Amino acid sequence: MTVQLTQSPVAESPLASVEAIISGLAGVGYIASRRIATALFMAQHLSKPVLVEGVAGVGKTELAIATSTLLDLPLIRMQCYEGLDESKALYEWKYGKQLLYTQILKDRMGESLAGAHTMEAAMDRLHGMGDMFFSEPFMEPRPILKALQSENGCVLLIDEIDKSDEAFEAFLLEVLSAFQASIPEIGTIKAKIPPLVFLTSNNVRDLGDALKRRCLHLHIPLPDASLEERIVATRVPGVEARLTRELVAFVQSLRGIELRKVPSISETVDWARALVLLHAGALSTDVVRETLNVLLKYEQDIVAIEPKLNELLSRAAEVGGGE
Amino acid sequence: MASSPVQATMEEFIKALRASEVRVSPAEAIDAHRALMEIGYGDRTLVRDALCITLAKSETEVDRFDEVFDAFFSRDAFRQEARPQRPDGEDGAPSGAAESPGDLPLAQMLLDGDTISLNQAMEAAARRARSTDVRLNTQRNLLSRRILDEMGLRELEELIQRLREMGMPRDEGLADRLAERREALFEEASRFVDRQMMLYASETGRRMRETLLGQTKLTGVEPEDMRQMEALVKRMARRLATRYARKRHRADKGKLDVRKTIRKSMGYGGVPFNIVWKTETIEKPKIVAICDVSRSVAAAAQFMLLFLYSLNEVIEKLEAFAFSDRLIRVGDILENEELDAAIPSIIKKIGMRPTDYGRALVDFTELHRADLDRQTTVIILGDGRSNYSNPRLDIMREISHRARAVIWLNPEPETYWGQGDSRMDEYKRFCSVAKVCNTLNQLERIIEDVLRTYMPR
Repeated sequence: MTVQLTQSPVAESPLASVEAIISGLAGVGYIASRRIATALFMAQHLSKPVLVEGVAGVGKTELAIATSTLLDLPLIRMQCYEGLDESKALYEWKYGKQLLYTQILKDRMGESLAGAHTMEAAMDRLHGMGDMFFSEPFMEPRPILKALQSENGCVLLIDEIDKSDEAFEAFLLEVLSAFQASIPEIGTIKAKIPPLVFLTSNNVRDLGDALKRRCLHLHIPLPDASLEERIVATRVPGVEARLTRELVAFVQSLRGIELRKVPSISETVDWARALVLLHAGALSTDVVRETLNVLLKYEQDIVAIEPKLNELLSRAAEVGGGE
Repeated sequence: MASSPVQATMEEFIKALRASEVRVSPAEAIDAHRALMEIGYGDRTLVRDALCITLAKSETEVDRFDEVFDAFFSRDAFRQEARPQRPDGEDGAPSGAAESPGDLPLAQMLLDGDTISLNQAMEAAARRARSTDVRLNTQRNLLSRRILDEMGLRELEELIQRLREMGMPRDEGLADRLAERREALFEEASRFVDRQMMLYASETGRRMRETLLGQTKLTGVEPEDMRQMEALVKRMARRLATRYARKRHRADKGKLDVRKTIRKSMGYGGVPFNIVWKTETIEKPKIVAICDVSRSVAAAAQFMLLFLYSLNEVIEKLEAFAFSDRLIRVGDILENEELDAAIPSIIKKIGMRPTDYGRALVDFTELHRADLDRQTTVIILGDGRSNYSNPRLDIMREISHRARAVIWLNPEPETYWGQGDSRMDEYKRFCSVAKVCNTLNQLERIIEDVLRTYMPR
């Protein structure tokens, strides 16, 4: 029998279908729900940015990072804050370099103007030198411009857009809808390959309708127990299945209680890591009491939980042992 | 214009979303169509997710979207291609229909128990009857009647009539069966209309009620509307606060900040590349609210306090006071207690007693005189009825002198001001604004004017 070496079919793009995205993201350690995967799929096929909302620690930023790993594209990240403006987001002139050039120019000025006898001729020559101070070599690209200029496309993460000012939001509109930016001195710079854009928001303030309309919207809720178990199992190597079930059940029950800050996925993962480090095989009252500060970030919350600890734990143990 | 069934369905779905207050712009509708073209209609979950991502733009909208999607596509409209609709020309009498009622599609469908076709016929009829335009509960019966007519009810009844007239036992039996199924059809139609009402009219109805509530006198609100009123007041306070509580920087172009410019130019050998303009930080507004909770304004006090409570949640520097014969600070109560507890506890503490404006003003100066400055706006909510005691106009003068503005909102109509024990016409002189405020709409408009005009900016 002759073995025919067939060329394996051209490797499918990781974003070819929703299923491919789910398994691809799982491969880089991000367990995505169907809705998350669908959002990514639509973002790719409609060339639209995705606005990701959800409480802190639910995996918004992680999604962008995982996507960039999956696609093997560079991740360009821009953290937003109050007062962020286009000189920090888009471009800035290299003043130092411009200054150096003026010095050089001053020295050479005599030479270049040597042939000019009249004032007009000298002026003409000066004009001929062009606006070299305001050209690309003197430009310092900031994250957004970098994303537009990148050769092979990239993943652009605009983190916590809700922390920026409204003016900045308006500035982003051009970038988000047309993937281009206008620089007065140079002109319009258009993206070679439209980057995959993620914007994240914690809902510190309501975003404008104009921005929302230009984006696909993805709200990541706190996960249900089975999804969270899979997340913990993926993110924390060496954690036993039984402990995972128990700790997830415990965290899920905490979310039902009125707390100042309910633990989200990142806290669950941190806690699981802590428990593995402590070699805890199961949840005991002592271990939980000692590590509760990993899960709950406010003193009041810890105080509120302590009296109920035994009850919550016994219920969690039932879930853990029951299966 | 002929549009494909899928497109028609999408249009209706978007209409249903809009009726449930998911805002869908034309651009987003186009996105949704493009998304559907990418993914097809085969996978229900995928369709749902894709539409949700393109159409719902906030957490609440996602919830509403899921609700509408479930209600809307419970009809499986996407699965089947809509078949040709009822052929025209059914008006002719189905002569000799004794054997089969075949030329009347409705009768045939009923006899066959073909629910799928019946559903589709009902959809089509509803579309012709413009069921998505329903707004009011009272239109319910009319609409279901119209849909049934469109489906050919009249012809069906004629058929039954004729069958009975024939008098043959077999025809009788057929007529009975048809009549029985007709009843079922009635029920089905009214269920269908209920669903349509839920999809297209529930929100509109609510909005209409809210509009009405906005115009109702605060003193005359029905107890069952209280909850909704609370929600309205809260939303109003939030709306006002997002607009005014922001800290604003403004670049005051034209004034060079020499010191900062020179400092910045150090790096470039003294060449001022970075020019710094002076900016002004705008201070957050300071508001002092004084609320009358005495017997004479009992009904309105509830809302004044509610408004105070909501305002306290959103404006940082709010000092709140309440009084009837004496005046106390209520900031702590507003701050620390839940809404349901805060208002009764204030009323219990200080309310429902005869008013003494003079006394209350004295208390106020003792408690707060030092903090009154040109950044402070004082809002007084009350009727100005002082039970013939000394109104202490001198204190009022001092307050108006020290504060940036004094706003007086009075639930009584202006013709009553100065009548009987009302000293409103005298107090009025010391106010920047004194207005009647007896409906939510008035309250909002006035507060908005106040914030716009008298806030430091």
